[in-house]
Amino acid sequence: MSGSRLAVEALSAISLRDGNRPILRRVSLAVDTGEVHGLVGESGAGKSTIARAILGIIPSQVKITGGRIGFEGRDLLTLSPKELRAVLGRDIALVPQDPSTALNPARRIDALMTDGLRLKRGLSMKDARLRAHALLDEVQIRDPERVLGSYPHQLSGGMRQRVLIAAAFGLEPKLVIADEPTTALDVTVQKQILRLIRALQERHGTSVLFVSHDLGAVAKICDRLTVLYMGKVMEQGATAEVLAAPRHPYTRALLAANPRYDRPDTGLEPTPPEVIAALRAEIAAFDVSSEAPPDG
Amino acid sequence: MEHWSATLATSTTDTGPQPPSVAARLAGDPKVVCGGGFILFLIIIAIAAPLVAPQDPLAQNLLMATVPPAGFAEAEPGYLLGTDGLGRDVLSRVILGARVSLTVAFVAAGLACLIGSLLGLLAGFLGDRADAVISRLVDIWMAFPPVLLSILLVAVLGAGLHSVIIAIVVIDWTRFCRVVRIETMAQSQMDYVAAARTIGFSRPAILFREILPNVVPVLIALLTLEMGIAVVVEAILSFVGLSVSSDTPTWGGMIAEGRQIVHEGWWVLAAPLVALFATVVAFNQLGDGLARSLDPVLRR
Amino acid sequence: MAKDLLVARGLVVAYGRPAGQYTRRRASPVVLHGVDICVGKGETVGIVGESGSGKTTLGRALLGLVRPTAGSVVFDGSDITALDEQARRPLRRRMQMIFQEPMSSLNPRHTIGRILIEPILLHGLASDRAAARALVHGVLDRVGLPRDTVNRYSFELSGGQRQRVGIARAVVLRPDFVLADEIVSGLDVSTQAQVLRLLKQLTGEMHLALAFISHDLSVIRSICQRVVVMREGRVVEEGPCERVFAAPLSAYTRMLIDAIPLPTVDPGWLTRGAAAEVAATA
Repeated sequence: MSGSRLAVEALSAISLRDGNRPILRRVSLAVDTGEVHGLVGESGAGKSTIARAILGIIPSQVKITGGRIGFEGRDLLTLSPKELRAVLGRDIALVPQDPSTALNPARRIDALMTDGLRLKRGLSMKDARLRAHALLDEVQIRDPERVLGSYPHQLSGGMRQRVLIAAAFGLEPKLVIADEPTTALDVTVQKQILRLIRALQERHGTSVLFVSHDLGAVAKICDRLTVLYMGKVMEQGATAEVLAAPRHPYTRALLAANPRYDRPDTGLEPTPPEVIAALRAEIAAFDVSSEAPPDG
Repeated sequence: MEHWSATLATSTTDTGPQPPSVAARLAGDPKVVCGGGFILFLIIIAIAAPLVAPQDPLAQNLLMATVPPAGFAEAEPGYLLGTDGLGRDVLSRVILGARVSLTVAFVAAGLACLIGSLLGLLAGFLGDRADAVISRLVDIWMAFPPVLLSILLVAVLGAGLHSVIIAIVVIDWTRFCRVVRIETMAQSQMDYVAAARTIGFSRPAILFREILPNVVPVLIALLTLEMGIAVVVEAILSFVGLSVSSDTPTWGGMIAEGRQIVHEGWWVLAAPLVALFATVVAFNQLGDGLARSLDPVLRR
Repeated sequence: MAKDLLVARGLVVAYGRPAGQYTRRRASPVVLHGVDICVGKGETVGIVGESGSGKTTLGRALLGLVRPTAGSVVFDGSDITALDEQARRPLRRRMQMIFQEPMSSLNPRHTIGRILIEPILLHGLASDRAAARALVHGVLDRVGLPRDTVNRYSFELSGGQRQRVGIARAVVLRPDFVLADEIVSGLDVSTQAQVLRLLKQLTGEMHLALAFISHDLSVIRSICQRVVVMREGRVVEEGPCERVFAAPLSAYTRMLIDAIPLPTVDPGWLTRGAAAEVAATA
């Protein structure tokens, strides 16, 4: 346990808008120090709810009903907004999904990048700018000065995502939440971004929670992974083992549905109805067992 | 009994829950019921004004001047809202005044909406030259100060209900044109328009059957807003004496008269003001409610 | 070749910025620089490219939604490049399109029933509404949607259901050619698998020619016979899928294939090809 940097324990949540439908079912997962942990699932699996719960930005129609999010010996769910603000940015940073909306279009890159450095690291404007320059260098942006002086719309999608990654890692956080960071990007750019995240993570010893719907991307960057379906953990383990020998039928179905250019005759297998029925039964049984009082 | 047959009818259909009918949806929306109910009430009263009005709205009686409304010390029976400076019954005058206000609201706002949205649809859908011509026209039009333009118009056309209506239409069609043009442009970029083209629908069919239903919610909101504005504009023109002749009671005319004797009889000013205010609010609420209950997207 | 259904030669598309009130028409950026493409009868051709490759513009130019600046589009032997909307209408039934975002391509204020019935009536495929409704029921059965979908609105459906409606609308007119533009990019893999299977079955059953635009080479490999690789408005490679994936001729195609992350652990993958990418993007 001493090795885990983030420990989500039995996290449960319901949707208030949708008849108190459960959206997280006693989810537990641990992100170890210096590891990239993949959180995989289809839409509605609850993966972004977990990311949002860690960042304290749960939408109003979602209610956490139980569990804890352990980070540095504290439960993030019990922190006051002020205490949480102190942790976010300094110890936990976010690489968002859509680089085109994540940057304020009215501010230049240097303003956007120096904010965090000045606020969370206490650097002077001059030092912050030098640091921002060095950070852009580190994410292999060829002309940092030009980028610093640009507005977001003047940069390509891949370039914007590099800026966001530089800003996230630049604060030397202990944990980075990467929420579908490559979904909006072209494949060749995606590969560069994955490479970059992995390189920065290794260099700084950062832990990364990598949220994705793409088993391919997860396979290439994650040490371990958690497979989520309807808010319940289906399978957890080392990436190599889970992908080589998936134990849970859902993981197998997910892999079978994935088209692969190297195996054109496989893939495109819709999940068989009996597997879906079994999954629903498993979740229903789980709901009943977790509703029962713990001692009875 | 009727409840029984209604539930029976829905329970025997086997195609799942039936969407409620348009009438049922309208009846279930509080904004439509309250706003629409008030407007309907006004319309009935305005049509039946000679029958409903307790007194002759034009009959002067200087012996009964500035009698306060019922409930006050010197109130007279039969004069529920009191009398004005010439002894005319305020309630009867407010009732008769609704005729002018509602006529202006429906005719002027309706015509402005028709002309403005038609031009806006064409400009937004055709683009290029048609858009350039119509947009320039709107720009030039809006450069004139509206109050000056309306006073000028009424001065040329002569005072009267028809000139008030024309003035409102001539000034306010641009409001519809601009909003509808932008909305039509945005809708034209949607893929359902491209889909309609690949299916082979003609251009008028695409404009009026595909795009227009998506512009209507904005249009309803704008139309009811405009009805409220029209009532206010008529009142303003009456106030400055440019509306109908002074022997026809109007809310604006009453406000102008009431202002002069506000110290002796505040109710002469207050009654038409309240009527005006309530009518404008009712139109806006009705618009909100209509858009919400008629539009499948907003209803979601 | 006699069996070619749709042939485009030397397509150039430049998006003009329309003349402003005081400005002339601007010099327009060229999106397609002379593209040749052909789709045979009953053939499925993949068009792949990254953003800015012009693949969407190419698709829209093939269907006449965008007017090409130069070049020609020949459909079943007749040149349709310069036809106006009126002259094109009889051909519309035979060339259909499935859109990327079913949310925006289905009119939000029409029921699914209306969306499906009106095209049938327009093209006279049914004598009356009852017959049209029967056709709609048939196509809903075929794409795996319940018949009472006709009473619903697009926003009441899931993403996969919406895309099935998009497919139903395209095939209900019994076209010869269908263009599918990134139709699975927003879907989960299991839904994507269902939609792609359906499309594959339909093209076989109806002997449909399909141009399948996608950024995902794995998807293209799974349903296409031939692939056209585009980059910055030009075709960089084209050929049968088997050959292109086994031995790509263009370095760009090679790079695209290498960038696809397969769901297998491959420790060298991340760093492999880094130098080549830098050279290619420089």
